Amino acid sequence: MKNFIKLFSIIVLFFFTFTQSQSAEKVDYLKTDWSFKGLFGKFDRGSLQRGYQVYTEVCASCHSMKYLSYRNLGEKGGPEFSEAEVKAIAASFEVIDGPNADGEMFERPAKLSDKFVMPYENVKAAQAANGGAYPPDMSVLVKARGGGVDYIYSLLQGYEDAPAGMTLDEGVHYNKYMYGNKIRMSAPLSDDLIEYGDGTKATVEQMSKDVTTFLMWAAEPHLESRHQMGFKAIIYLIILTILVYFSMKKIWSRVESEV
Amino acid sequence: MSDHEYTPTSKVGKWFNDRLPLLTLANHLTDYPTPKNLNYWWTFGGILTFCLITQIVTGLTLAMHYIAHADMAFESVEHIMRDVNYGWLIRYIHANGASMFFLAVYIHIFRSLFYGSYKSPREIIWIIGIIIYLLMMAAAFMGYVLPWGQMSFWGATVITNLFSAIPLVGEGIVTWLWGGYSVDNPTLTRFFTLHYLIPFLILGLVVLHIWALHVPGNNNPVGIDIKKPSKDTVPFHPYIVIKDGFALLMFMIVFAFFVFYSPNILGHADNYIEANPMVTPAHIVPEWYLLPFYAILRSVPDKLLGVVAMLSAILILAVLPWLDTSKIRSAVFRPLYKQFYWILVADVLILGYMGAMPAEGLYLLIARVATAYYFLHFLVILPVLGFKEKTLPIPLSITEPVLGGSPNLAMAKNKESIDK
Repeated sequence: MKNFIKLFSIIVLFFFTFTQSQSAEKVDYLKTDWSFKGLFGKFDRGSLQRGYQVYTEVCASCHSMKYLSYRNLGEKGGPEFSEAEVKAIAASFEVIDGPNADGEMFERPAKLSDKFVMPYENVKAAQAANGGAYPPDMSVLVKARGGGVDYIYSLLQGYEDAPAGMTLDEGVHYNKYMYGNKIRMSAPLSDDLIEYGDGTKATVEQMSKDVTTFLMWAAEPHLESRHQMGFKAIIYLIILTILVYFSMKKIWSRVESEV
Repeated sequence: MSDHEYTPTSKVGKWFNDRLPLLTLANHLTDYPTPKNLNYWWTFGGILTFCLITQIVTGLTLAMHYIAHADMAFESVEHIMRDVNYGWLIRYIHANGASMFFLAVYIHIFRSLFYGSYKSPREIIWIIGIIIYLLMMAAAFMGYVLPWGQMSFWGATVITNLFSAIPLVGEGIVTWLWGGYSVDNPTLTRFFTLHYLIPFLILGLVVLHIWALHVPGNNNPVGIDIKKPSKDTVPFHPYIVIKDGFALLMFMIVFAFFVFYSPNILGHADNYIEANPMVTPAHIVPEWYLLPFYAILRSVPDKLLGVVAMLSAILILAVLPWLDTSKIRSAVFRPLYKQFYWILVADVLILGYMGAMPAEGLYLLIARVATAYYFLHFLVILPVLGFKEKTLPIPLSITEPVLGGSPNLAMAKNKESIDK
């Protein structure tokens, strides 16, 4: 058993070193308490709903979220809007459907099963409208950036005047958390930019936190059930391991050898 | 095979067994005499079998939902993650399963290096193992391409481009591999086909690996030949089965932790960006398990020689049984080899670290020294050591050092290091 603990700790140490080395050049991001971290991490329902509001009122004018459907907004583990709310949200968007019996395409209000409507028809149109830069799709954005949620959270609050001596091209902004510090997107948030339905004060910090939480859910819609199942699975494995350990001791006691 | 003839007791069993001796095989597998002093480093064979089966089962399930098309692959992976029932679980097991598989195989290989398991009469087991390892790398590389993210695309571009280093026909080979003039849909579909095929080849080779193992029987920490069956052995079932099972469960706890709590930590964030041939990522890095070889590749200034060095680093292992001239198997009785062994372990870890860093300045220098040492270990140190090293006296049987009673002090000390 002594050998085993040794071996086990080597493996853990190895992965620890590896993950540390990967994040060696990590920038110091702004920190906040994320409710979805840790063994029992869950999303803060209110934050998710507010985050959706920030996304739809601010981000969605440029950023698509093409892998999500409106029905997701009402599903368990997400913002959990009521069915009526989700239907109303969906109906406020127009989608192109068809062809109908006459062979014509037509517009209709979105249904629960429709994917989020994209702000631009294609990448080229998005680039043309944004000075050549493509606003990335936000469906898995949190997972597609090295710093994850901390990075997005910091970036939204990282707009500053460029340091003396640094010249920025027209339409480029300084952000201390952006790779290379130059970003095409102008500061998207300002205090009281939107009015939260639940009365929470819409500071930049609050909105950054809410929208980042929403983006985390968008990227990992099954995060809550993953954490719940993980805890059960690991507890089950630990109990089984203990039982097997004692069975092993019993069986090996028949021979003169150490296990 | 088994030392005694086996006859089924029932009439039906006997009738069947005379025609297809499956029962004899089952009997051989359960009775298989195994050295009783095997330590936990020996449990990784069973763990690897579990990894292979897990990858095949989850892979089959994923293949039912995945679409191998450049325009749809990324989306289909998101479909699996979001809409397929427990698709996220299956995909995370498969993706982290690859890392777990390599973690286990590296422990398995380094165990073999420490205890000299590759030496006569086990050379064939070892060579089959190296072929399995090569196929694993091919399968893992192609599997990483399938989600069609940025790292998939650019990793595929970098690795396939290595073939262009071959003089005269290189460019032609690359075009042939791609099925076009760049990494594109034809590349993806053939990679998917091969990724599906290779695990079954590995499965076949694993059967041969185990078959070849059952001829001479297991090596053991003392590294001596033992009589089978004897006081020194225990039947595979239940002794080894339960011990392997216990180790496997511990392994599964680590595995589960990654799947449920850090499923993306071993991957690269860029692979959640859909492949874009117009945008090159800042750093193109392979998965962690390929990093040491990537470091060797980059430490040679010439492209062709770099590829040769990288391939040699793996293929040199295949001739290891003949490079190691020492008659003694276990490092327990080889004080000098034991030190060089740990230096090699450190060397490979350093190479892995350098593979993740940009190839410039001090990093490149260290990578070059580590590469040189890697080859020095196998080509110079090992052959010379066999002749020069003063080895410790080896015990006559496993029971002897385990039960004590040996008058030799050195041997009593060895007992301790065996236990560790």
